[in-house]
Amino acid sequence: MTIPRRHRPLLVSIGLFAVLYAVAAVRYADEGFLTLRVLLNLVTDNSFLGVLAVGMTFVILSGGIDLSVGAVMSLASVLIGVLVMEQKWPPLLAMSAALALGTGLGAGMGCIIHFVLIPPFIVTLAGMFLARGLGFLIHLESIGINHPQQAELASLGISFGRHGFLPITGIVFLVVVAVGAYVAVFTSFGRCVYALGGNEEAAALMGLPVRRTRIGVYALSGFCASLGGALLTLYLSSGSHIEGIGMELDAIAAVVVGGTLLTGGVGSVFGTLIGVLMIGTILNVITTYEGVLSSGLTRVAIGLLLLLFVLVQRLLSRGAARTE
Amino acid sequence: MSQERYLTFVRPMLQRSTFAPLLALILLVLINLIFTPNFARLEIRDGHVYGAIIDILQNGTPVILLATGMTLVIATGGIDLSVGSLMALAGAVAALALTRYDQGAAVAIIAGLMIATAAGAWNGLLVTRVGLQPVVATLILLVAGRGIAQSLTLDQKIRFEYPAFEFLGNGSLLGLPFPLFVAGGVFALVLLAERRTVLGMYVEAVGGNLRAARLCGLRVDAVRFAAYVVSGFCAGLAGLIATADIKEADVANCGLYLELDAILAVVIGGTMLTGGRARLVGSLLGALVMQTLTVMLQMRGVVTEHTLILKALVALAVCALQSPRIPELLRRWSTQEVRS
Amino acid sequence: MRGITKRFPGVCALDSVDFQVRAGEVHALMGENGAGKSTLVKVLTGVHRPDAGALLLAGGRFEPSSPADAQRHGVHAVYQELNLIPTLSVAENLYLGRLPKRWYGADWRAARRRARQRLAEFNLSIDVSEPLGSFPAAIQQMVAVIRAVDANARLLVLDEPTSSLDRRETEILFANVARLKQEGLGIVYITHFLAEVYEVADRITVLRNGRRVGTFLTDELPRIELVAHMLGRSTEEATQLETQRPMKTSADGAGKCVLAAQQLGRRRAIAPFDIRIQEGEVVGFAGLLGAGRTEAARLLFGADRADEGQLAIGGRRVRRHDPRRAVRAGIAFSPEDRKASGIVPDMSIRSNIALVAQRFLSRFGIVSRALQDRVAEEFVERLGIRTPDLDRPVRHLSGGNQQKVILARWLASRPVLVILDEPTRGIDVGAKAEVEALIGELADRGVAVVFISSELEEVLRRANRILVFRDRRIVGELAGRDTDMLALMNAIANPDTQAG
Repeated sequence: MTIPRRHRPLLVSIGLFAVLYAVAAVRYADEGFLTLRVLLNLVTDNSFLGVLAVGMTFVILSGGIDLSVGAVMSLASVLIGVLVMEQKWPPLLAMSAALALGTGLGAGMGCIIHFVLIPPFIVTLAGMFLARGLGFLIHLESIGINHPQQAELASLGISFGRHGFLPITGIVFLVVVAVGAYVAVFTSFGRCVYALGGNEEAAALMGLPVRRTRIGVYALSGFCASLGGALLTLYLSSGSHIEGIGMELDAIAAVVVGGTLLTGGVGSVFGTLIGVLMIGTILNVITTYEGVLSSGLTRVAIGLLLLLFVLVQRLLSRGAARTE
Repeated sequence: MSQERYLTFVRPMLQRSTFAPLLALILLVLINLIFTPNFARLEIRDGHVYGAIIDILQNGTPVILLATGMTLVIATGGIDLSVGSLMALAGAVAALALTRYDQGAAVAIIAGLMIATAAGAWNGLLVTRVGLQPVVATLILLVAGRGIAQSLTLDQKIRFEYPAFEFLGNGSLLGLPFPLFVAGGVFALVLLAERRTVLGMYVEAVGGNLRAARLCGLRVDAVRFAAYVVSGFCAGLAGLIATADIKEADVANCGLYLELDAILAVVIGGTMLTGGRARLVGSLLGALVMQTLTVMLQMRGVVTEHTLILKALVALAVCALQSPRIPELLRRWSTQEVRS
Repeated sequence: MRGITKRFPGVCALDSVDFQVRAGEVHALMGENGAGKSTLVKVLTGVHRPDAGALLLAGGRFEPSSPADAQRHGVHAVYQELNLIPTLSVAENLYLGRLPKRWYGADWRAARRRARQRLAEFNLSIDVSEPLGSFPAAIQQMVAVIRAVDANARLLVLDEPTSSLDRRETEILFANVARLKQEGLGIVYITHFLAEVYEVADRITVLRNGRRVGTFLTDELPRIELVAHMLGRSTEEATQLETQRPMKTSADGAGKCVLAAQQLGRRRAIAPFDIRIQEGEVVGFAGLLGAGRTEAARLLFGADRADEGQLAIGGRRVRRHDPRRAVRAGIAFSPEDRKASGIVPDMSIRSNIALVAQRFLSRFGIVSRALQDRVAEEFVERLGIRTPDLDRPVRHLSGGNQQKVILARWLASRPVLVILDEPTRGIDVGAKAEVEALIGELADRGVAVVFISSELEEVLRRANRILVFRDRRIVGELAGRDTDMLALMNAIANPDTQAG
């Protein structure tokens, strides 16, 4: 059986991840790299990045880009912190409010992109500033969260006995990936996203709801970003301004490394899972196992990975153009 | 506002001249003169001039430099997201040259400028030779550029005491801050090249109609490449000034998010994001508008972080005014009013 | 469609046009560029609303508000640029928007099975899960057609379906068109290729300048008449024209050769051809749109790269030809699509004119504004460009003045060969005459000119000899006294007439 062409970028990703993981497993066999525990930690530690990246996958598939996700994540986490600690809201209610805000911001940006025709990267760059400013407006410092229900929520999870523990943040990440993959493949919204990124004009001519899809994509990304913020409050027990800085770039990198074309129309949510794990592994190896304290090297690594995949995509698309 | 009036008066003004940014700047200054105490006061102490206006100019130099290079890139139909990271990179390299390698100020400055210019050339190669979209091509260095700076400095802030180099950031000449002369010089040079040499025409032709420019036998790739190189150089210079000013290379914060300020300044200045027009003077005014806003809010006691909201709103408003959709939407609304 | 009128700012694109398609017929819509074909199709498919007139569909009034709405009523169009999504699979392109569903959502297995069956009925056996973009244009086109048919199309518009197909692919398409016809579909067929019309169409409607010239049964319309209708000259009139305006006698043949090509060609664009252009002569390229005139001109200028053949400029062989080398060698090229690749719309008139000539006007890259002004002023005056000042962006000028700016740009560069692709299209009569006069003036000064125009009269009037293009190849050359409108139209229309 020949490999369908559309799966080739994804296969490159999976292959590279496998190689990367295998090399790490051999090299750090003594530290027990090849255990379920390490894998579970990988999922958990990158859960908010992963959730952001799933939303970003839809945006990039539709041919756009969302630079605001990191800032929206911070905003959501700070908002939850303030609502819980200062307004005495129950955490779940506060999280719902944050999710509503994030979704609303995303939808607003989608509307501006669609109706006023300003390029997405400008609108979402402004959105990033807006969200960051709003976050500081709500509370100037990061805020610690200390609430019994919050603690209870954070301690939920699936135990694998002595092999490890998957806390709620990791579970939510995997659920979001599963739901995202389902939406992308089996629902008309998902297919519209692909069509929009493939050829917007044709999508409109086919009678597909372009406006609803475009706005929906950014709303979804805003939702995912604020969900990431909610997970962050569980993971860190605080609302933080700092964690989200630069997260948009990691999310974009994860999506691209996962085999989604930046030009839109081609890619998958499953690929993004691979991309997140790949970036997580690199960060893990550099900081934990190699003991390099500089976060700079990780950024260089992510940049190189991004470059590699953009070039591979470029070659693949050139190859495809030539066969026509 | 009727669509007709919008089309005949407002839009041409916004699009055709540096009128809008100039008006905005004058209004801002007027508001400040009336409402902000001590705004216009200039003091002379030890032969140096001090005051809010000098602050605006001095703090604005990095953005003015970035906006100068960014104007060329945007005019050729591209965008350079990496300038903020390149500032950090240039500052880090210069600081390392001073401290770790015991070099003089001249070597430090040349090293910093060279690394940033080379990074600009890399961007240009990715856009012209590899054929990546400018957003994607420069995104790579936006991510990795600061990372390289961080790994070079091992995430440490590098402090230095080196008066000859610090002069670049906080020296003064004829009583005025020295960075003003640097930024002014680069700006004048680029402006001269744009106005008086074939380059200006090439840039506008390439951004305005790539196909036509190619059919006219212009070296379109060389022009686009050069724009990214100049942008890298300007970012490097801005990074050196920012680093010299605070006497340390702070790679985590140097130039952070300044690419947006630069893009904003350029857009406010009347250069269209779609390319084809370089409004250098407009960009200068745009940078000053942004800086005046910031200083004004600071003087009125607004927290720096909150000014982000205002910047975002200004950005969206200015882009919206440029958008071809606005007259269309106005028309649709006015016809709906008629119908209802 | 009855009495359809559509106005755009400045032009009346359609002027009370009647057009009728019967079920089970292939109706060809013909006309040169700007005749109103595409506007008519856009009105039909709901992209534009007509300013006057009515559309009737199966007897009922039909007012499509959008392409989607038109499709709901069974009116589909398959455009030249495909309106499908190349990154999605073939199956999905067929069924997007109405994918078979099960309780969990889209049922991919059923979609693929159905797609395979449906394509098999049209003699296509391909892997329907591969992206559409990985297949040749012909297959993509058939997928577009099948998608339309499966969405209960009653009326199908095929807009230049064969422009990117080779002969074999075209035959497959025709077989399928015949099949659809038998199923009772009405088909509107738009093409520039005369041969195809006679192969597939039952009736032909000719449009010109937004008006309907007439509707004819294909079998009763000789080719020469069709060409005459499209170009707006009756055959009798053509003969008269010839007697009134005798063609310039050909150049004496002793002139220096400016440019020579041997077996120059490009796949899917123009069959290999030979050409020799001498200084001071005007070579006309005649033929219908899409016949290969533009493609040949682009190869000569280096705007497109040739797949085969050789080119020599001024007697010297050129290896890798590109616009930069062409400009250096003194070749000028005014492209057919003035807006897209001619003018730089936001740039001033001065800069637009000086764009090529700045190589002579600048020293070490430093431009003398005064010199620029002088050159710009000189040409503004010489060509009669009407503008209040030189700083005005070119976008604000009329089409004729924009064209003159492009001419000025090239004349200022002192060329030895000027290639003009449709320099007179879309400009007013006065400007046309001025452009024509300019061509004569250039030739008198020893500049060689390649003149491409759809208006045969102009070509006849100005050219020393005329190369005739049909179906992407040069099919003949006309020169000397025996050339008249009738001979030219014959050469364009008939494959069997040998022109001499």
